Amino acid sequence: MTALDLARAQFGFTVAFHILFPAFSIGLAAYLAVLEGLWLKTGRQVYLDLFKYWLKIFSIGFAMGVVSGVVMSYEFGTNWSRFAQKAGPVLGPMLAYEVLTAFFLEAGFLGVMLFGMGRVGKKLHFAATCLVSIGTLISMTWILASNSWMQTPRGYTIEPGTGRFLPADWWAIIFNPSFPYRLVHMGLAAFLCVAFAVGAVGAFHLLRDRRLKRAPSEAVRVMFSMAMWMAAIVAPIQILAGDTQGLNTLQYQPAKIAAMEGDWTSEGHAPELLFGIPDMKAEKTRYKIEIPDLGSLILTHSLDGKVPGLKDYKPEDRPFSPLIFFTFRIMVAIGFLMFALGLFGLYQRWRGRFYESVWLHRFALIMAPSGFIALLCGWITTEVGRQPYTVYGLLRTTDSVSPIALPGIATSMVAFVVVYFVVFGAGLAFILRLMNASPQSNESGPSPHEPIRTAGIHPGPAQGRPKTGGSTPYSSPAE
Amino acid sequence: MDQAHWLPIIWACIASFTILAYITLDGFDLGVGMLFAVEGEKHDRDVMVNTVAPVWDGNETWLILGGAALYGVFPVAYSTILPALYPPIIAMLLALIFRGVAFEFRFRAETKRGQAIWDFAFFGGSLVAGFAQGLILGGLIQGIKVVNGQYAGGWWDWLTGFSIFCGIATVIGYALLGACWLVWRTGGELQTRVRRQAKLLAAITLALIVVVSLWTPTLNLTYLRHWNVWPRMIYVAPVPVLVVLLALVFWRTIDDEGHHIAPLICALGWFFLCFTGLGISVWPFIVPPGINIWEASSPPSSQKFLLVGAAVLIPTILAYSAYAYYVFRGKVDTETHYH
Repeated sequence: MTALDLARAQFGFTVAFHILFPAFSIGLAAYLAVLEGLWLKTGRQVYLDLFKYWLKIFSIGFAMGVVSGVVMSYEFGTNWSRFAQKAGPVLGPMLAYEVLTAFFLEAGFLGVMLFGMGRVGKKLHFAATCLVSIGTLISMTWILASNSWMQTPRGYTIEPGTGRFLPADWWAIIFNPSFPYRLVHMGLAAFLCVAFAVGAVGAFHLLRDRRLKRAPSEAVRVMFSMAMWMAAIVAPIQILAGDTQGLNTLQYQPAKIAAMEGDWTSEGHAPELLFGIPDMKAEKTRYKIEIPDLGSLILTHSLDGKVPGLKDYKPEDRPFSPLIFFTFRIMVAIGFLMFALGLFGLYQRWRGRFYESVWLHRFALIMAPSGFIALLCGWITTEVGRQPYTVYGLLRTTDSVSPIALPGIATSMVAFVVVYFVVFGAGLAFILRLMNASPQSNESGPSPHEPIRTAGIHPGPAQGRPKTGGSTPYSSPAE
Repeated sequence: MDQAHWLPIIWACIASFTILAYITLDGFDLGVGMLFAVEGEKHDRDVMVNTVAPVWDGNETWLILGGAALYGVFPVAYSTILPALYPPIIAMLLALIFRGVAFEFRFRAETKRGQAIWDFAFFGGSLVAGFAQGLILGGLIQGIKVVNGQYAGGWWDWLTGFSIFCGIATVIGYALLGACWLVWRTGGELQTRVRRQAKLLAAITLALIVVVSLWTPTLNLTYLRHWNVWPRMIYVAPVPVLVVLLALVFWRTIDDEGHHIAPLICALGWFFLCFTGLGISVWPFIVPPGINIWEASSPPSSQKFLLVGAAVLIPTILAYSAYAYYVFRGKVDTETHYH
């Protein structure tokens, strides 16, 4: 184990934890904006109830996203100082723009969104919700632009002597060749993460209501239905988006494709491996189960298209295939399961058994973490697939790491692992407890009895929340 | 106009403003967290948290901006300071995690024990974050060893008597800001208590300011030259004078029931003056003792690109942040219930 391995492990660990929360915030903020918009448009109480129900969950997820994000903005320097020095002139301004255009917007209006309903009026409050949602989308855009530049760098010159990347054309830097594909793929992934989480919560309450022999509330039915529409519409679009990103990767990062596919020799009529164990030393993939010609068909959209092999590249230039071979397949498999659930939902809707079908609800329930698992697998695939470079083809990971000694980085690694599991484990427990509660009519929202961030005269009897007992701890009397 | 000369100066000013915004704004948040130690009543602690709850997130964003701007505008500083101060920076980040989630978790915890744990996380996170920030500041001022543009010192270089002293001073200073903030935003007995705390903390803070002002110039000859060389003395002479003037205002208003915001303004003034004094000492070095702002800069194409946005966006951010403070204005009353 070297300091480089640990620096990578630590960065990978913290960034993998972090990305879950922004993905959740991006999707959920958009969902909240839709719910509040529908409430303002139709005046139906159910939309307001759902808004307040998910707002409480959003506030916890968002806080965890903020605190794990602060770590990221400093870890580029602590762990990757040589990378920061060389690529800082290009990537630093983009991150600074993210803070200026997105983080402040989110933070500035989050307080109003969470607690300002009684202070600013409905329309201004809706504006605050929309601004928070827009902020999450802007943030994603800058991060994807930065990451895509590391994958497909453009618009730079390299300073002789120092090896620094100097920005030459900002338009080309931001709109680099892989950026649009990644942005769409990640945006849809965030929406799917939340759609399947919301769908699973709806399904959970439908199943429980059925077991307790009571009619599910309108809020439960509406949330389940909205989520299943998202699954039916967005999952197939995501499969197409993934396919186009694959074509883009084939064009610009063929070695990554070869490693994802476990292909060693470049060939036409390439098979698609359903299973196999790539062996980096022996330069072959063992225990293959393959479908003839399908590899070429998927990657080139023709049966005899030439597909790259890892042997085209020097051993030290090859990404680590045994990992991304699997993460890629898990992601794809989940994508098709999502599609299947969407179709199943449509079928049951058509049969008129949408709120009764136990199997539909069970399927939706077990798919709860599917979006997040697919998201992580996708990011691992693309990031590990970029190796052994940080800036693809130009700057090696070994030349990017900080001059930090092994014991120090090992200590901080242990600290991160312990703190993340304790803190975010607790956060997840709080979120699950909120999800366990049924949405109520006249849902309380975060403020009345749980003055999390409430301030001023209006909200809080600052005493924590009263025990109301039973399965409806969040219900509250009408104001 | 020579871009390569002026852009780093402009950016040094913006970066200083960002850091000052962070330490004053998140300073009172963290200070409120530290004062948890002396407030036994859950009721009072809830009020204290509620005064900062709607705004803390925006306050902390200045820290993220500081990191990102340094990365983009002074990458050499970013990539030498952070490895040099690795342990206190990691400690600060971890502490801020506990502090940040405690805002949410302490109200969600159902058992007394759970509440106690997250109250402690809020207090401990605030304390450690403040102390670590002082260590970082001290570690930077005393100098960082750089060879070939990379940190070349050891693992414990940052840990000295001076940096520990700065850590303690920062904790006391933040607690003072927190107490003065609470004087402004609370009432009743809680306000009476924080007035007493603010007085004690202000006395200690002033003593620490004197010590640090005498200590800093001895660290490095350049620092000393910045203070006692004519005509530079003209610029810096007002700093100690203003510190004393603010102290007079502070002691006239701290016990006066009619004054609520004046002590906070005095405390903010002290922070501003200390920060300015520091700037005078260190200028034009960004990584003392060897790297100045021009050597640390990214190329003009980077600095210009970001400056265009910053010129428009920072005023906009200040405007809507002020709006958020305005929306949640007024005293947070212990007795008021939801209606």
